[in-house]
Amino acid sequence: MLDEAVIQRTLGAALRTGGEWAEIFVEDKRSSSAVLDDGKVEELTSGRDRGAGIRVVVGETTGFAHTADLSEDGLRTAAEAAAAAARGGSGGTRVADLSRHTAPRPNEVGVAPEDVAKATKVELLTRADRVARDQGSAITQVMARYGDSRRKILIANSDGLLTGDDQVKTLFSVSCVAFGDTGMQTGRESVGHTIGFELFDQYDVEDLARRAAERALTKLHAKPAPSGTLPVVIGKGGGGVLFHEACGHGLEADLVGKSASAFKGKVGEQVASPLITLVDDGTIAGEWGCFAVDDEGRPAQRNTLIEDGVLTDYMWDHLRARKEGRESSGNGRRQSYQHLPMVRMTNTVITNGDTDPDDIVAGTDKGVYVAQLGGGQVNTATGDFVFGMTEAYLIEGGRITDPIREGNLIGNGPEVLTRIDALGNDFAMGSPGMCGKDGQGVPVGDGVPTLRVTALTVGGTAA
Amino acid sequence: MSAPDGDCEALLALAQSVVDRAAPGEQLECIVSRRRGTSVKAYDGEVESFSSAESFGLGIRVIRDHRQGFAHAGSHADDVVADTLAEARDNVAFGEPDEWNGLAEPDGVPVVEQDLWDPTLLDLGPEAKVDLALELERRVTGLDPRVRSVRSAGYADGAGAAAVASTAGVAVAGRSTSCSVSASALARDGDETQIGGAVDVGRAPGDLDLGEVAADAVDRATRMLGASPTASQRLTVVFDPRTAATLLAIAGGTLTGERVLKGRSPFADRLGDAIASPVLTLVDDPTDARSLAADSHDGEGLACRRNPLVVDGVLDRFLHNSYSGRRAGAASTGSAVRGARTIPGVGCQALSVVPGDRAPDELVAGIDRGILVQSLSGVHSGVNAVSGDFSVGAEGLLIRDGALAEPVREVTLGATLQRLLLGVEAVGSDLEWLPGGTGSATLVIADVSLGGR
Repeated sequence: MLDEAVIQRTLGAALRTGGEWAEIFVEDKRSSSAVLDDGKVEELTSGRDRGAGIRVVVGETTGFAHTADLSEDGLRTAAEAAAAAARGGSGGTRVADLSRHTAPRPNEVGVAPEDVAKATKVELLTRADRVARDQGSAITQVMARYGDSRRKILIANSDGLLTGDDQVKTLFSVSCVAFGDTGMQTGRESVGHTIGFELFDQYDVEDLARRAAERALTKLHAKPAPSGTLPVVIGKGGGGVLFHEACGHGLEADLVGKSASAFKGKVGEQVASPLITLVDDGTIAGEWGCFAVDDEGRPAQRNTLIEDGVLTDYMWDHLRARKEGRESSGNGRRQSYQHLPMVRMTNTVITNGDTDPDDIVAGTDKGVYVAQLGGGQVNTATGDFVFGMTEAYLIEGGRITDPIREGNLIGNGPEVLTRIDALGNDFAMGSPGMCGKDGQGVPVGDGVPTLRVTALTVGGTAA
Repeated sequence: MSAPDGDCEALLALAQSVVDRAAPGEQLECIVSRRRGTSVKAYDGEVESFSSAESFGLGIRVIRDHRQGFAHAGSHADDVVADTLAEARDNVAFGEPDEWNGLAEPDGVPVVEQDLWDPTLLDLGPEAKVDLALELERRVTGLDPRVRSVRSAGYADGAGAAAVASTAGVAVAGRSTSCSVSASALARDGDETQIGGAVDVGRAPGDLDLGEVAADAVDRATRMLGASPTASQRLTVVFDPRTAATLLAIAGGTLTGERVLKGRSPFADRLGDAIASPVLTLVDDPTDARSLAADSHDGEGLACRRNPLVVDGVLDRFLHNSYSGRRAGAASTGSAVRGARTIPGVGCQALSVVPGDRAPDELVAGIDRGILVQSLSGVHSGVNAVSGDFSVGAEGLLIRDGALAEPVREVTLGATLQRLLLGVEAVGSDLEWLPGGTGSATLVIADVSLGGR
């Protein structure tokens, strides 16, 4: 993407005012998306973003500047701006000779998005629309969305690292509105993987459309959700968002370092039920949060964070690891070249237990079964977190019964982790997610087997 | 920061030069933007990061034979502009014909010029910006012995311009400056930590009140110390202006022509009906200079205008951009919202509530059993703007016998948007223009379900 000599000189310029460490991150991202709504393909959109972000570190201070101008002059100007912001270092750092590292990709891309005719992408949308509407006259609206992106990145730093990645992602979603006596309800399904157009060999868009429509139709009969504390069974797959919020963010070393995490100082302690082993794994082939190298050039890793309920480690990026004199765990990520990297999750999963999921439901007298979760949010300082249930049912006498309306569940991460009393043997990954932190969004995956929390607060309206 | 003074003219010339390349029979619209900004974060008495940024936006929309295509890029380089135009043109063939597709036609509505540019922002050097960030952190950690550190404290600013031109004869440009200070304070008592955040935004640093931000962040963190869940119950909820703004934004979002036409608004067939309590009047008015979201033109280059949405509880109108207006048989209300990377949507630009005549403490004094809510969580995951189902996490202070009592956390509030709007008992007199540009005030809503222990 850039000539090595230009990179070397740019890093040199970045260190000229006394910086201790410098890095250049170059990104060239192409994306395309198409939306069908209200029965029509509205438009196809193409996007191109290309630029570089330059970081200079002196002591506790990071200087950062970015530019869309990838000429040597443009890069030097950005390097000088980053350096000006990080002055006062002892100086004397020289840029090590760059040596190229290639990290293995978690998977190869079968069909690159640019090799697929636009008409072929658009045709998926019309098929999804037709099938969703065929599910019943109560389906009054359908939106289908196709998106792909190819993000080439290059990272080089003054330690001599030179590496890069070529990340291809493909996404498809269907959202339906159903109308009935109780008003409108919605149903959504999405798939997304870090692969090319072969996504559609693995997933049938008609099947997705059918499920989204069925979900909306089912919810037309939904009762008001209960309000108060109940046992909650979380279905396999999307339940991973519970852990993403309940403890994932709290295990990010930047928040721990600022004492803004309820998990600070707890490494080695039993923080969860012994059933729980939590892994953040950027290497899972094709998953939404996987990559060859993170946005600081560190190869993706599989990091066990909680093992049999004991907290084993936090997640680290370059800066936080450097401060502690340890290695990054491959969790330094950024939204784009216009952003500073920080500690982020990749694919966050709970490993399988050994209980039959049917037995977990059968063993629950009265509670809520959550089949699909929406997003969530956490206050890392207190550990209080919420997550949405977009498809849920009552459990009565060990059986799943009536659907209930949408809402949030709320709990406290450190408490909820200890209240997991059953873990299924049916692990599955959930839907692709976009995790927001300090104004930056990055793609993340998650997955869990069916599990039960003995007490969570359900935010419904029925007393 | 060097002053991009000439930007309006230069950007308009660039947008116009793209429009001039339109082929016969082709409608073409180009939006270009450019922004420079800095951001300084302070931590533990040091500069944690200093970022300086310059970003470009380019969006080109082409309509031909009622089909629409779009492309965007993050550069104004000649080759990128040419590629983006070619991509937008190529994409046209894949959109389906829609008779209502088209550009905004200038409608003669007079422009209320807004002065969004304060040159004093450009006079502020990097050292002064660093000082603001450090000073803010010092103030936050100096107010209360229980607040010794922050999660973040910082200063940020930006100065930018944008232009829109089209073959329909639109040619407008505007520029603006903005800056902000924000802090999130960590309050500690034994093993317990609580977080509280505050932000202030202005056109130039002289508008910023560091003392107010520090005091607000510290107050919001410290008053939550000792918080615990409470029993499930139905009670009166008092939303402070900040949390009320969240509710208003959800309500305003359901009142767009796009949602109505596509069958996604719970209020679609309710024009002229009482959809809210008679004490509630909502107006979207980007011509109101008090709002930081005030603007002269909307995202399609039409003059911004005042649009009452709900008047004394009665649904008065829906917002439209040119597409939804044309399709609804109405006209654009000047409510196209967009960035350079998106085609124009429809939305509120500077929503505000008409304040009532009682101060928040008077309102609280009249409540036997309630909760004053200071923060909401999970709004994106627990509110469905199509069905109106509303379920959010909440933190705040209980109200008992007309007085604020102990702090509460880890509870939910559940209702429907329809019931919340009808249940508004009072709007406070404390109209406050929030950083996002919303004019909000305390809202009192009766009989909401609280989910707790």
